[in-house]
Amino acid sequence: MSKPDLSVNIAGIALRNPVMTASGTFGYGEEFSEYVDLETIGAIITKGLSLRPKAGNPTPRIQETTGGMLNAIGLQNVGIDAFVEQKVPFLRTVSTPVIANFFGNTVEEYAELAERLDRIPEVAGVEINISCPNVKHGGIVFGTDPKAAYSVVKAVREATIKPVIVKLSPNVTDIVEMAWACADAEADALSLINTLTGMAIDLKKRRPVLANVTGGLSGPAVKPVALRMVWQVARAVKIPVIGIGGIMSGTDALEFMLAGASAVQVGTANFLDPAAAQRIATEMEQYLEDNGIADVKELIGALEV
Amino acid sequence: MQFRSTIISNQEVSPGYFRMRLTAPPELSGASPGQFIMVRVRDAIDPLLRRPFGIFDVGTIKSEFPGLGSATYFEILYKVVGKGTEALSDYHHGDHVDVIAPLGAGFDLGDPAEEKILVGGGVGIAPLYYLARTLVQRSRVRFFLGGRTRDDILCVTEFERLGVETYVATDDGTLGDRGLVTDVMERHIREDGRPKTLYACGPMPMLKAVADIARRTATPCQVSLEAYMACGMGACLGCVVKGKGHSDDTPDYRCVCKDGPVFTFDQLKWV
Repeated sequence: MSKPDLSVNIAGIALRNPVMTASGTFGYGEEFSEYVDLETIGAIITKGLSLRPKAGNPTPRIQETTGGMLNAIGLQNVGIDAFVEQKVPFLRTVSTPVIANFFGNTVEEYAELAERLDRIPEVAGVEINISCPNVKHGGIVFGTDPKAAYSVVKAVREATIKPVIVKLSPNVTDIVEMAWACADAEADALSLINTLTGMAIDLKKRRPVLANVTGGLSGPAVKPVALRMVWQVARAVKIPVIGIGGIMSGTDALEFMLAGASAVQVGTANFLDPAAAQRIATEMEQYLEDNGIADVKELIGALEV
Repeated sequence: MQFRSTIISNQEVSPGYFRMRLTAPPELSGASPGQFIMVRVRDAIDPLLRRPFGIFDVGTIKSEFPGLGSATYFEILYKVVGKGTEALSDYHHGDHVDVIAPLGAGFDLGDPAEEKILVGGGVGIAPLYYLARTLVQRSRVRFFLGGRTRDDILCVTEFERLGVETYVATDDGTLGDRGLVTDVMERHIREDGRPKTLYACGPMPMLKAVADIARRTATPCQVSLEAYMACGMGACLGCVVKGKGHSDDTPDYRCVCKDGPVFTFDQLKWV
């Protein structure tokens, strides 16, 4: 049997396999180049960008929890100018598609960033962060109110011809409603879930562990919640869905595809296994081979309920 | 680099403190003093994240038997404080862990003509042993070692065997001078006016005291920081510390993993 086909197409971006690296867990790609062959990854999603550099939150910013971790980094990033000057030259040397994640404080800022990113040829697509739970103006207002989400996605849509992915927050009453609003605003794809708001407490000090008090939970602990939300959203919208949430193995990734995801993002796993994305793609290929499945696309939404 | 490492030995050197020797690829012998490693203590999701450890020593054992070549090893010194170190402490000769090393920026060895003053607190002496071993070949080295009580004072003989003058202080006086190691160190370095450099690793209050002495005596000083971190390669931004220019309006955060773990004291903001 010939090698199974792992390629997928997300909103016009051709991926050699469905495994992308989630924003904020893979730096700007270069940090990981010593440990993983970047040419084996479906796509690289870079750390969330803002118009100006952003310092982020006070420390402590992270805390391990059972089967997961909390973070409240606060969107620290180099800003769009430094991204263009310092990060893009390296990304140019990699053939893997680069998707730039970004966020703003206002609809106008989102649109301005989209316009800037539209002019960078190395950027294959953009992912709008409307879902960071850790900053007041990090998008979460846009991520919890369907009307606000619609207006920000619409503004970005008008500012760029590149594929637009919207990253959704799980911290909402009805994620399908949010998905509909983004699809109505002509998003090309949706990615979910961002982190779940959580908390850790230090009994001895009687204080929260994180300086930000609350943080975003990620890692294997969130996978069941993520699977459920991906399944709900994929049934409800016609645009592709990218599954995120605690993916550690090829099996995890394929479960998300069964639930309806056309591709996946690997996040926290990169921290403990810098070659996680490469390994997960290999494990997916092995599963397809072992089970005589010629094309990974056969599994998208193939869940029998 | 990332490699699967075999545990050669794992010895409790003092109650709750372990010294572990592990195999490494030959390239690791090029690691600089002050660099660190990230260990995945278990191939499981709990504990999930890797744990950072300073490199206590690196070496190569030449086989006495012809044809058997040589083997590179490294050592870490750790205190059992939680899930990760607890799991590590259970390992025996022949067990395996996954290691990423060497990481971060190590110590600047400075001018050989200057005397080197090393200050360590508790398990914070870990990166100072490899440093002392490297420095003592070219400079006079004095080592000041502090802890709460005698059980926190580790590896004194090892330092002395290097030819390093070693001074001990404990908070309760159960070993060495009673009091803060930084006070003992300051008395010693004020005795002579010769140029020297300070190297310190230990708990934050001790590092602050060392930085304060460095500032008051205009002595060059490098500190090695410990931090909670997820990745060790500058991606998670979880381990940042405040740089000297930091204020609410001009934030200046540095990654302990990538910009450090060794900083000159004047690169940081000491509050």
